[in-house]
Amino acid sequence: MLQITGLRTPLIGPMDLTVAAGECVAILGPSGSGKSLLLRAIADLDPGEGTVRLGDRDRNGMPAPDWRRLVGLVPAESGWWADRVADHFLPGPDVAPLLEAVGLPEALGWEVARLSTGERQRLALARALAVGPQALLLDEPTAALDADATTRVERLIAERRADGVPVLLVTHDPAQARRLATCCFSMEHGRLRPAEAEA
Amino acid sequence: MTGYIPLSTIDLALGSVFLLLNAGFSIAFRLGLARQLVVASARMIVQLLMVGLVLKTVFALASPWVTLLVAAAMVGFAGREIWVRQERRLAGAWGFGVGAMPMLLAGALITVFALTNQIRPEPWWSPRFALPLFGMILGNTMTGVSLGLDTLHATLHRERRAIEAQLLLGRTSLQAAAPFLRRALRSGFTPIINAMAATGVVALPGMMTGQILSGVDPQQAVRYQLLIMFLIGGATGLGVLGAVALSIRRLTDARHRLRLDRLTAADG
Repeated sequence: MLQITGLRTPLIGPMDLTVAAGECVAILGPSGSGKSLLLRAIADLDPGEGTVRLGDRDRNGMPAPDWRRLVGLVPAESGWWADRVADHFLPGPDVAPLLEAVGLPEALGWEVARLSTGERQRLALARALAVGPQALLLDEPTAALDADATTRVERLIAERRADGVPVLLVTHDPAQARRLATCCFSMEHGRLRPAEAEA
Repeated sequence: MTGYIPLSTIDLALGSVFLLLNAGFSIAFRLGLARQLVVASARMIVQLLMVGLVLKTVFALASPWVTLLVAAAMVGFAGREIWVRQERRLAGAWGFGVGAMPMLLAGALITVFALTNQIRPEPWWSPRFALPLFGMILGNTMTGVSLGLDTLHATLHRERRAIEAQLLLGRTSLQAAAPFLRRALRSGFTPIINAMAATGVVALPGMMTGQILSGVDPQQAVRYQLLIMFLIGGATGLGVLGAVALSIRRLTDARHRLRLDRLTAADG
């Protein structure tokens, strides 16, 4: 269970939010309302106050790199720091099935510069999942994807939820929120309000 | 070997004939450079004459405090120059300090070391030795530090996604920034490495030329030049290393975040 209490940064909050194990909470709202900032604040990427707990582990009581391995944040725009895709993955048994699951089984041999936006997005998700996070913070995970790739990614998210992973999903798409989420919030001016996905 | 040959004002005036000829060409061919040439020449003449006057006074006073004051002013100018040469710099007083402090420490340490161990004038802080030496070391360290910091800040800004992607996968801020730190250090070291490699082959270094012209034995002049290059290389290295290390400390924090909010663009 992901439990957020009194989380605030200079730009957003304070916010309280609980995502139960295996639950998917969707956050809708206009661009610039602070949806991505909320995910960044949870992952401790921006300075802020408040407590975030995953199960019995407290963010503020552990080193930030360890915390970030627990809560897999996948930003809307992915970052790449080496020329080859393979250099962005730690070699391990989990990598091949993940690449298979996002529909890019051959990608390890590719060059980052030649990836399409959608391929980058799917590989960034696979890269985050390969670390084995116990919560998922997804920022527009299917924004650049076609219908087939979207289905693959949504299936992957559902599989993680079945394993008890809480998922916080930022999306523009109310239909996707309806398909995936158990509950919906809308973000306006840095505050969360309960919302209907039907909007 | 003849001794030192003094120059008269008429010698200088005659020497500038070819520069004036260039200004004439510029007007004849409408290059539009005449004005810039004249302004730059005038600035140079005034600045150097003033420096000559100041140095003569400082040498005559032979006071450690006046010497220290001049050295401090030099650090101030050099620190400002480092600040100006960065397109993105640390916000607030850090913007000045992150370049000036390491430059000051490295430059002062190495100048004092050379004055007390190798050159050993009497007294060791004698302005005739201390100020030119400090100036040469400071000038080169300044170039290295400003290049290193400019590269670091520009790269961190451009590669923020790549760095934060690594942070999100559980890497430490030092691991994530390491390739970009290396790039900044390389850029800060490059001028001094190039200078050492080309020295003596392409042109004789200015100080050595000056010593030879004033009648010093070329082999002695070479020894002096080598000492200076060692000192400059050492000070530049320490200064660049210190400045880049200080800046990356400021641009990350204990929670391994990238703190680009502490960086401002030069225009802003």
